[in-house]
Amino acid sequence: MPPIVLTVNGKRQSVDVAPDTPLLWVLRDNLGLTGTKFGCGIAQCGACTVHLDGTAVRSCVMPVAAAAGKRVTTIEGLSSSRSHAVQRAWIAEDVPQCGYCQSGQIMAAAALLAKNRSPSDADIDAAMTNICRCGTYQRIRAAVHRAAQEA
Amino acid sequence: MGAHTQVTRREFLQTASVVGAGLVIGFYLPPGRGRVTAATGPFAPNAWLRIGTDDSVLVMVDRSEMGQGVATSLPMLLAEELEADWSKIKIEFAPADKAYTNPMFGMQGTGGSTSVRAAFTPLRKAGAAARELLVAAAAQTWNVDKAECRAEKGAVIHTPSKRRLTYGKLAAKAAVLPAPADVPLKDPKDWKILGTRVRRLDTPPKVDGSAQFGIDVKVPGMLVAVIARCPVFGGKVASFDATKAKAVPGVKQVVQISSGVAVVADGYWPAKKGRDALEVSWDEGPNASVSSASIAQLFAQRAEQPGAVARHDGEAEAALASAGSKLDAVYEAPFLAHATMEPMNCTAHVRPDGVDIWAPTQFQTGCQQLGAEISGVAPEKVQVHTTYLGGGFGRRFELDFIREALETSKAVGAPVKVIWSREDDIRQAQYRPACYHRFRAGLDATGQPVAWTHRIVAPSIFARVFPQTIKNGLDGEAVEGGVGMPYTVPNVHVDYLLTDTGIPVGFWRSVNNSYNAFAVECFIDEVAHAAKRDPYEYRRDLLTKAPRHLGVLNLAASKAGWGTAPPAGRARGIAVYKSFETYVAEVAEVSVASDGAVRVHRVVCAVDCGPVVNPDIVEAQMQSGIVYGLTAALWGEITIDKGRVQQSNFHDYRMLRLAEMPQIEVHIVPSSDAQGGVGEPGTPPIAPAVCNAIFALTGKRVRKLPIGKAT
Repeated sequence: MPPIVLTVNGKRQSVDVAPDTPLLWVLRDNLGLTGTKFGCGIAQCGACTVHLDGTAVRSCVMPVAAAAGKRVTTIEGLSSSRSHAVQRAWIAEDVPQCGYCQSGQIMAAAALLAKNRSPSDADIDAAMTNICRCGTYQRIRAAVHRAAQEA
Repeated sequence: MGAHTQVTRREFLQTASVVGAGLVIGFYLPPGRGRVTAATGPFAPNAWLRIGTDDSVLVMVDRSEMGQGVATSLPMLLAEELEADWSKIKIEFAPADKAYTNPMFGMQGTGGSTSVRAAFTPLRKAGAAARELLVAAAAQTWNVDKAECRAEKGAVIHTPSKRRLTYGKLAAKAAVLPAPADVPLKDPKDWKILGTRVRRLDTPPKVDGSAQFGIDVKVPGMLVAVIARCPVFGGKVASFDATKAKAVPGVKQVVQISSGVAVVADGYWPAKKGRDALEVSWDEGPNASVSSASIAQLFAQRAEQPGAVARHDGEAEAALASAGSKLDAVYEAPFLAHATMEPMNCTAHVRPDGVDIWAPTQFQTGCQQLGAEISGVAPEKVQVHTTYLGGGFGRRFELDFIREALETSKAVGAPVKVIWSREDDIRQAQYRPACYHRFRAGLDATGQPVAWTHRIVAPSIFARVFPQTIKNGLDGEAVEGGVGMPYTVPNVHVDYLLTDTGIPVGFWRSVNNSYNAFAVECFIDEVAHAAKRDPYEYRRDLLTKAPRHLGVLNLAASKAGWGTAPPAGRARGIAVYKSFETYVAEVAEVSVASDGAVRVHRVVCAVDCGPVVNPDIVEAQMQSGIVYGLTAALWGEITIDKGRVQQSNFHDYRMLRLAEMPQIEVHIVPSSDAQGGVGEPGTPPIAPAVCNAIFALTGKRVRKLPIGKAT
């Protein structure tokens, strides 16, 4: 099998794995980018959310072969030193509790705001379907609004 | 100074570890200008505080951070008395060590909403003693009276001359000074940090992906294992054929361990593919015919006989016989899985000379002992590295996933990370006990309750975990919320039938309180209705001897606008409950759609937890506990067929999502009463508050969880 080539956080990467390997496990196990989390493996929870050519996708069900030649952005590549408006808003609202789902939440919020600079509550409801077992949703909503205002 | 005892540093540490962890303080002085780390230096690890010559203040956090905020609230306790510069505080998670024993458990572990309560005095005393040493060191340096010096923001200041030395510059001298005797603690009115909304120390690493959870651990030479376990609880491997598993590229070894068969590979994905390809035949054991129906039948049968008496006031049977009117009701609640966002995992390296365990665990002592047992080395040779926990909720007090990593590492002779899939997590857990409650109540002609009986039929967590605590068939923990029924009733009888079902049960956020609150707070609502009284006012009038219950009940009712009309199509329900020494009342505002779907729009929560360390964290924990309990109340149900769990992942074990989130308002009662915990007490009242609102709206009682559709 030829290696699969993709661009991750602006860097060209070549990985030698089975083509059905989910992008999530390539990021975590092969590239050492562990900020993207494993939660369910069936695209239900969103802990594995990354951007593929700017769109939020659930990397646990995306074969790495489908990302070949594309641009992948993970939480590590969202900004340098937590400077993205969504990260700043998350800090301002002290959103995380256990924190495990938050990389995915932040990536989902960043993708939403890239397309919709002033989302309504209904827009947020529709776009932010990631599961948070700590129940930080109220603060997530506040942080998305804050990021929209301050972006 | 007569109050001081001259001891060497070594003696001080030894003595301190004998007299109690509360007095242990230490200063770690890094050689040269080295960075302060827990792994190096001459400092014995029985301390919470290390001050570097670079002014860094390292706090060893000896409880597991699973979202409840201990990585912030525990350092706050220490920093307050230390007069530390909060911006200089750094944290590390403590290793497994007797110095870090949780005084409420006698073991190093996190649970029972104990962390802040247990540390409230010891950590403040540790900070105060350290501050006194730093002040003494400064006074000695300047050759002035200590009384002329004060500590402020990480430095000691000589007030008359305004000279100032930072803690880093004083650390070396302070380390060799005599330990002060018991230093008085600050009056709460002088607190600068405690009681304020200090920002969480763990937020920054949780917004850029750098926070290390157990599943993120990587050590040189590490392999990843996925385990095949018998789908029936209590079953065993009969035989297995590893040929197909080993044919998966990346699979290195296939080994049998006590819980099943481990497929060991160079990453999760090949390990999982290998497990899917593995052929195992199982000896399903004695539980292969257990089903939810058989369990329900067993509970109902058991409920026909008297149980172990847990509370007996007056003569409830006689009072019932002569009561003017009577109520009789059965409440049932299902098994529940925890579903922490981070699936179970553990990395272990078993070597002939020692063991390392990297784990998102709530139970360091258990990890250490298990590591010793499996490897044969002494417990002190077992290093436990606690990571961030991606949720705990009691699931991570268990050691099953720790054992798997230890056994697999031992078998393959390499460091191994065991990772559970979500399906493993839902199907191979220890569940919140399913249970059956039989109530009877008798009312007099004025509607006052004269008799209350409550029979609890449930499997016992403690019978599995700490069997020595079960006395005459009574699990005191299982009945706690029934025994603690706070309403004034002259004749009360509560009994319990410990009933094993073959399904393992474990600690699930708020433990027994989740089911006892549901049953008791719904049934008292029924009693209020039978008495033709408003359910809030009826409770209020029966709580005159329970002032803290009454305080939160009144506050929640008032803030929710109880007695005013709710928005059209909605109704309110109320519940009040004490758990972990904290009192919480919740009012839920609910509507029911034409298809029966229940929507909770608003929850007003009042909490009295005694002295508050960080109100922002208290609010967050109430929100969190409510979401956890609401998710379970609406949809949570683990069902059993042929000894197997029928649910497997989030598509059939439904979670509340953002669009379904109610607006939650938290009101904290200012209180100097005994301190309670906050991680769990938000959970118990929400199920009954919602069920009582559904009754107010539809006239139908929900007596069996989950609510599902209210039709």
